[in-house]
Amino acid sequence: MRYLPHSDADRQDMLAVIGAGSIDDLFAPVPADLMLRQHLDLPAHQPEFAVEAHMRKLAGKNRAGADGPFFVGAGAYRHHVPATVDHLIQRSEWLTAYTPYQPEISQGTLQMLFEFQTQVANLTGMEVANASMYDGSTATAEAVLMARRLTRREKIIISGGLHPQYRDVVDTYVGLGENLVHLSASPEGQGDIADHIDDKTAAIVVQTPDFYGHLRDVKTLAEAAHAHGALLIVVVTEIISLGLIEAPGALGADIVVAEGQSIGNALNFGGPYVGLLATRQQFIRQMPGRVCGETVDAEGQRGFVLTLSTREQHIRREKATSNICTNSGLCALAFSIHMSLLGDAGLRRLARLNHQRASALADALEKVPGVTLLNKTFFNEMTIRIGMPAADVIDQLAARNILAGVPVSRLRPDDPSLTGLIVLAATELTTDDDIASLVAALTEVLS
Amino acid sequence: MSMNRQGRPSSPDSAVSNTSPGNAALLPDEPLLFEIGDTDHSGVDLPDVEISGSRLGGHARKTPLDLPGLTEPEAMRHYVRLSRLNYSIDSGMYPLGSCTMKHNPRLNEKMARLPGFADIHPLQPQSTVQGAIELMQQLADWLMTLTNTSGVALSPKAGAHGELCGMMAIKAAHEAHGESHRKIVLVPESAHGTNPATAAFLGYQVRSIPAAEDGTVRVAEVEAALGPDVAAIMLTNPNTCGLFEPEVKAIADAVHAAGAYFYCDGANFNAIMGVVRPGDLGIDAMHINLHKTFSTPHGGGGPGSGPVVLSEALAPFAPVPFIRRDGDALKLVEHADGEALGRLTAFHGQMGMYVRALTYMLSHGADGLAQAARDAVLNANYIKAQLSGTFSMPFNSQPCMHEVLCDDAFLKGTGVSTLDFAKAMIDEGLHPMTMYFPLVVHGAMLIEPTESESRQTLDRFVQTMLGLAARAKAGEAEAFTAAPLTAPRRRLDETQAARQPKLKWEPETTPLQAAE
Repeated sequence: MRYLPHSDADRQDMLAVIGAGSIDDLFAPVPADLMLRQHLDLPAHQPEFAVEAHMRKLAGKNRAGADGPFFVGAGAYRHHVPATVDHLIQRSEWLTAYTPYQPEISQGTLQMLFEFQTQVANLTGMEVANASMYDGSTATAEAVLMARRLTRREKIIISGGLHPQYRDVVDTYVGLGENLVHLSASPEGQGDIADHIDDKTAAIVVQTPDFYGHLRDVKTLAEAAHAHGALLIVVVTEIISLGLIEAPGALGADIVVAEGQSIGNALNFGGPYVGLLATRQQFIRQMPGRVCGETVDAEGQRGFVLTLSTREQHIRREKATSNICTNSGLCALAFSIHMSLLGDAGLRRLARLNHQRASALADALEKVPGVTLLNKTFFNEMTIRIGMPAADVIDQLAARNILAGVPVSRLRPDDPSLTGLIVLAATELTTDDDIASLVAALTEVLS
Repeated sequence: MSMNRQGRPSSPDSAVSNTSPGNAALLPDEPLLFEIGDTDHSGVDLPDVEISGSRLGGHARKTPLDLPGLTEPEAMRHYVRLSRLNYSIDSGMYPLGSCTMKHNPRLNEKMARLPGFADIHPLQPQSTVQGAIELMQQLADWLMTLTNTSGVALSPKAGAHGELCGMMAIKAAHEAHGESHRKIVLVPESAHGTNPATAAFLGYQVRSIPAAEDGTVRVAEVEAALGPDVAAIMLTNPNTCGLFEPEVKAIADAVHAAGAYFYCDGANFNAIMGVVRPGDLGIDAMHINLHKTFSTPHGGGGPGSGPVVLSEALAPFAPVPFIRRDGDALKLVEHADGEALGRLTAFHGQMGMYVRALTYMLSHGADGLAQAARDAVLNANYIKAQLSGTFSMPFNSQPCMHEVLCDDAFLKGTGVSTLDFAKAMIDEGLHPMTMYFPLVVHGAMLIEPTESESRQTLDRFVQTMLGLAARAKAGEAEAFTAAPLTAPRRRLDETQAARQPKLKWEPETTPLQAAE
């Protein structure tokens, strides 16, 4: 067996050193009736080529993004990842290192995390960031809990423009009840969030660009929240937007959480991704998750360590700020490498290119009979209303090899007013031909 | 040094650190990205398009990005140099108890990058991703067969997230049965910190269960702590002392008789996969760390993946999404119907890790997985047998499973602590074992070799450990307290890091700027 170094002779020699007759003897503490006496009813080991054939067959049943026009977004985006990124993250020293608990021999991971934290802080316009979370949705739930600890208040107000699955995750983490206020869905970017804030409010949660693609007025919301002593949590699911859209930190956000997948990470059918969480310096001791800090070694040389661990579960146990143990290290590395390759100039160009492609898509969609574009503002994603159930139309277009976006009803089947809505995204990979194919097929299906 | 927004550093020396560890030519120190990059260099070629701005509604960015860019050769060198400051399982043994640092096969990586897995979107029509859903179903079948359980929630993003999932299922089950008054969760003293943190997160009070002299939990202690207010027990098996809990079945029976559930922390499943089925022990929920047991890479701290297997009693409470057969097709059910506890993450969980884990399972097969568990136990006992005359082992009355627990009694009077001993291992070219965990013994050293290590590697490890112990006892404490001496860094000042947190790079203000 190719992954197991021992021969049977090795095993016998080792048992002799131990003084045991067989490996079964080493399992003596296990009550005999609990030991399996034969192998489970599962396939036996296979050569590498046979495993590869099995997996290729499964992969072949899926329609990959590159196989045709593709407009699916809604929290995960199909962008180009430079080849350098994937080469570097597969280096042994990155891929197969453990969490940097022994900092003297983990300075690579630690310095990278320090650089990552700085990139995330600068990008979001915040003072500090942690070393990453599982993904954007769980980071949002953790931010809500963090806001409750900081304000010692309970009430949370969730904008109708928050990604429905993020909303569902917050519900699961926080628990439904009178202290969790959901505003109704706002596909046209409408909203009266400020009217709901009162002196019991811990935080308001606002996504921008929101789930339907609209850019939200963060500054006004920050002022409204702060007037009542509440915090503003800003959620960003398309992180590339910050190359073109104002940083939430500059507009008064107290906690910014984001999905970082768009930089460095493939779609991967939804995971693994990388959650970003950034906040104000004064809040760091209530921040969840790992964080890396700069220090010096015994000779005064600069070095990096995991720090503020007194917040964490392995020290605080039941008094920890969160039960989180891991971060999303390798995805954070991919993010950081891709961001280094982009730099200021590259990110700005990439963001403009995304917006330009989306503008071309919007212009084309507006000309399709039976389609209403709901957005006055957007970054690279938008919502259209059609006079038919969107899910059916999406299926018909998929049958023509066009993945035309996400029917909102898939995420919000409980709200019949959303049945005719489709959310579509464009990225730097969207070509004029893709848009022309979509427009032609959509025109045909709708007529 | 500050990030130069205008161009390259004006003085070539300013980007070169004056630090110089050993092997200077092979292990050069590397400045921070912010000290070598600047804001107008880039490693990507993108067209510079014009946009009208009319659809940005006045939200255009005015704040500087301050993101340094590197061209491709510069980026390659930066990250390759940084990588060489890391220890890794590919370069040496990683005997971290409880962490299961086993070999990460590269076939896993190759398969996860097939476009049919990597380039598919979680929200594209399910008819276009039937192979992906089938893969999830196959992984679920393997996990349920290996554990003899009735259900599985794949979506948890990591072990701790899986714990949260399992305990939420328990809470939901109690609520559904009108048993919400149960507010206590029993947790043995030797448990991972995530166990009490998870219980507390869900509003439970934690009641600690002491371990017996031999390091395992007695059913009598559990029975004494059980009552009508107890919701669950969270027990790790094999436990964090590396021991199989011999009374686990009786504990499960007692817990069930009291109307509570048995959450099993599956962190140590690697010791028993294919040999013992947790379902036969009476567990109700158990998370499985795919990054430990099923060889997905640790990646310097994630991403993990923590599917939770569930007993028949808890299966109806699994979170969305879950898979249902719909005629010839497979359907991912994305909305809670019935008693599902809700949603733990956007989308469907860690697909990239599912691909790697299933690839590993198919490679090993049922026979190989069992052999891997048996070799893991063999390797741990091989180390134990050879260290036991020299190292102090508090629970030595039975064979260990996959890991060996030592305390620091053998270092008494030497002036060497567990930390010093660990740092001295670094100078011998080894990654240290887990230190100071579990908390139930003084100065714990927890050694887990895994099945991946050859006999030669184990022999070298044993000789190194015995040699260090001899030096400690011979009065060479200074060599330990000064260690490491040959790593890229000497010991780091963690107190300063925590007291004066510096969590991001800031440009140093020049005297001119300060005067302004």
